[in-house]
Amino acid sequence: MIEVLVFAFFAAVAVAGALVMVMAKNPVYSAIGLLTAMFAIAVFYVLQDAHFVAAIQVLIYAGAVMTLFLFVIMLIGVDKTEDTAEQIPYQRPLAIVVTVGFATVILIAGAQAWITGSNLFEVDDLNGTIETVADALFGTWMLAFLSTIFLLTIAAVGSIALAYYSGPGEES
Amino acid sequence: MILTAGWYMALAAVLFSIGAAGVLVRRNALVMFMSIELMLNAVNLTFVAAGSEMGLIEGQVAALFVIVVAAAEVTIGLAILVAVFRRRSTANVDELAALKG
Repeated sequence: MIEVLVFAFFAAVAVAGALVMVMAKNPVYSAIGLLTAMFAIAVFYVLQDAHFVAAIQVLIYAGAVMTLFLFVIMLIGVDKTEDTAEQIPYQRPLAIVVTVGFATVILIAGAQAWITGSNLFEVDDLNGTIETVADALFGTWMLAFLSTIFLLTIAAVGSIALAYYSGPGEES
Repeated sequence: MILTAGWYMALAAVLFSIGAAGVLVRRNALVMFMSIELMLNAVNLTFVAAGSEMGLIEGQVAALFVIVVAAAEVTIGLAILVAVFRRRSTANVDELAALKG
């Protein structure tokens, strides 16, 4: 029962944070809204015994990624003057109608497809400690793990190359 | 009432839709990036929920890989954004129309 209460509370927090992120004029408020939603999602991971993923969520997302976002907001300045003039007429109302319809269809379809009985597969509870995650990560998924090394190296080299780029008016 | 994976998936669907609305409605490239991050987070939630329902650790492994890819994507995306801002002094995607025919 307490699990359901915790889920309901943090579900409300996550949805509120997401809505603040989309609606806030000031990008700093958007970043804080996303940070709130990410902390709430970390709570859901703990509820499902995915402790290591929850720790990574807080460290990487709430720590590193959001700090990077706030640094970039600081670099390029807070732009509150997002114009409401439409390049394509009716694009915004149409976008909202499409997304609400999308969510409704997913929830209706999911209500019939998603597992609603408890423990249908009759499995033991997972305990997502570092040890169990590492057994899978460095066993079956070793090749996928190694390929992330290439991904991260390419991303680091790419961002350094982009930082060295200079426009026509700038000294390199 | 028992908390099943379906509830987490329903919440993830709602969060994903809010993120998709953010990408479609906002014009600030930074906020569009944050919306994409929210969508990736929602998908992670379904991975972990499905994994714990079926008793497979692979759900959590997939979530970890998604986090790695998202971190790489944010690095490149924000570097591009800063480079564009240095040249054009705007983060509004409507004003970046140099390739318009």
